[in-house]
Amino acid sequence: MKSGPGSQGMRRADHVAIAQFINRGELVLDVGCGDGQLMDLLQSERGARTRGLEVEQAGVNRCVAKGLAVVQGNADADLPVYPDDAYDVAILSKTIQELARPKFVLDELSRVARRVIISFRNYGHWRVRTTLLTTGRIPNLGHGAGWWSDGARRPCTARDMAELAAEAGLQIVAATAVGGKPVNAKSLGRLNWTAEELVFVLERKKR
Amino acid sequence: MLAPARTLDGTDGLKRLTVATPDRPLKLDSGRALDHVEIAYETWGQLNADNSNVVVVCHALTGDQFAASPNPVTGRPAWWDRIVGPGMPVDTNRFFVICSNVLGGCMGSTGPASKKPDGAYWGTEFPIITIADMARAQIALLDQLGIPNVFLVIGGSIGGMQVLEWTVQARDRVFAAVPIAVAPRQSAQNIGFYETGRQAIMADPNWRNGNYLSEGTRPEKGLAVARMAAHITYLSESSLKRKFDRKLQDRASKTFGFDADFQIESYLRHQGQTFVDRFDANSYLYITRAMDYFDLAGEHGGVLANAFRGLNTRFCVFSFSSDWHYSPEENRDLVRALNAAGCETSYVNIETDKGHDAFFVEEPEFEAGLRGFIDAAANARGLVKP
Repeated sequence: MKSGPGSQGMRRADHVAIAQFINRGELVLDVGCGDGQLMDLLQSERGARTRGLEVEQAGVNRCVAKGLAVVQGNADADLPVYPDDAYDVAILSKTIQELARPKFVLDELSRVARRVIISFRNYGHWRVRTTLLTTGRIPNLGHGAGWWSDGARRPCTARDMAELAAEAGLQIVAATAVGGKPVNAKSLGRLNWTAEELVFVLERKKR
Repeated sequence: MLAPARTLDGTDGLKRLTVATPDRPLKLDSGRALDHVEIAYETWGQLNADNSNVVVVCHALTGDQFAASPNPVTGRPAWWDRIVGPGMPVDTNRFFVICSNVLGGCMGSTGPASKKPDGAYWGTEFPIITIADMARAQIALLDQLGIPNVFLVIGGSIGGMQVLEWTVQARDRVFAAVPIAVAPRQSAQNIGFYETGRQAIMADPNWRNGNYLSEGTRPEKGLAVARMAAHITYLSESSLKRKFDRKLQDRASKTFGFDADFQIESYLRHQGQTFVDRFDANSYLYITRAMDYFDLAGEHGGVLANAFRGLNTRFCVFSFSSDWHYSPEENRDLVRALNAAGCETSYVNIETDKGHDAFFVEEPEFEAGLRGFIDAAANARGLVKP
């Protein structure tokens, strides 16, 4: 389950950034929904209908206790049973870098939802690059333990993520720095320098 | 003990209502119909002004209507007062709770141990019933009580099967549903176990082709063996190991005989013996058969999701990690279908070594999850918290 500074009572910045892309009445699947903060936000402020998928018992129980519909399960294993086009939107908020099979999960989500929204830490940010350049080490963003610890994040950049999206047959229809304004995919190079955290809105490529 | 200590004239103190008469027979899945059906039930709490706080509790195979108060006939304590009662997850200060003995049961509802209109015991002339028939009889009971809508239907095991039938048959008269440790269809493994039990009963010379009540015998040996075999499937290997392992029963060493040397043997023998005092062997045959026939997808063109399509009921499914009677995987099949049907569905798999029977015993995560779901649903339904 995700937690961290500001996760209790306060709205997480990436949740706010994601919420702007959700429309009233849409059916949203939040994969790795934790204790349901984002689902709460999307229901109360965006008028969305939400469903969650969460692996940890404590998070599942907290969601259920709030009246949120959540299924206990594992994104890496359980998504194939979800029907095609069942949701308007599927969300991975700071989850995709923690998955064992990110490409597989993205493939599945693009099947079950018309739109996929991901938020992630951008290891292409200038501070990360200069740290790598000057110290020869990759900073472990948002993570106290060493890079080898269990469940450590995959350090990828905005451009790396764009490559994954393309591999999954998805196009970036909007991108934004968390806390910043949405830009189109053409500004990706600049975002990759300047944004510590990013939100991508992905849709299936038109054939 | 000879015949079951239940009478048909109400002198046993069990509450009953007539739900089928010759004018209004209960039509069964088998094509037959019952002209006289009584359903025995218990209630707790108060019905509110707009009848919106009704909870139906469905009992498991060998349960009865005494979910939240002691059974006056058997003297046994309430079987689910951890869950149903004042301040409990199914809060009787907030809800009006009804639990009824299943059709085919032996705690006051019409079944093979009841008498036919001609005064003879039904025995094996009683028609084969299904889980859907049980739900039909319960819905008829609520109709008799003047209750059209139900806030929550909840139950575990075969009680969970009834929950599923309720949501399908009563459609949008059910606001929320909690099937616990259930499967959308009876597995070959379970049919096999229950067939073993039935054969044990029928092989008992006292069964008398099902006529033991009129002949004054009871197939206690067979019924006890049936219970012993089934009971193993309600536990788990790890809990058996934790509780009994290979420990010997009140002895220092093996006796090189067929006495109950091992604690597990002694435990199962005790389970079997206490069971025959309170349960009717033919009821056991009928209810286990109803479970065998349960296949919700089969009733809906082979597609489980079709059973639930268009339902506005909100579901919360619970399973237990060590349950091999109705495994987490079978519960997930159900959740999958509910999702595919677009139903608002939650699913919680409780980590425990207590096996299928975990829902009867202390399991804090289960109770917390249940409380959360029911409270949230009650708030959504506008039911006042006491």
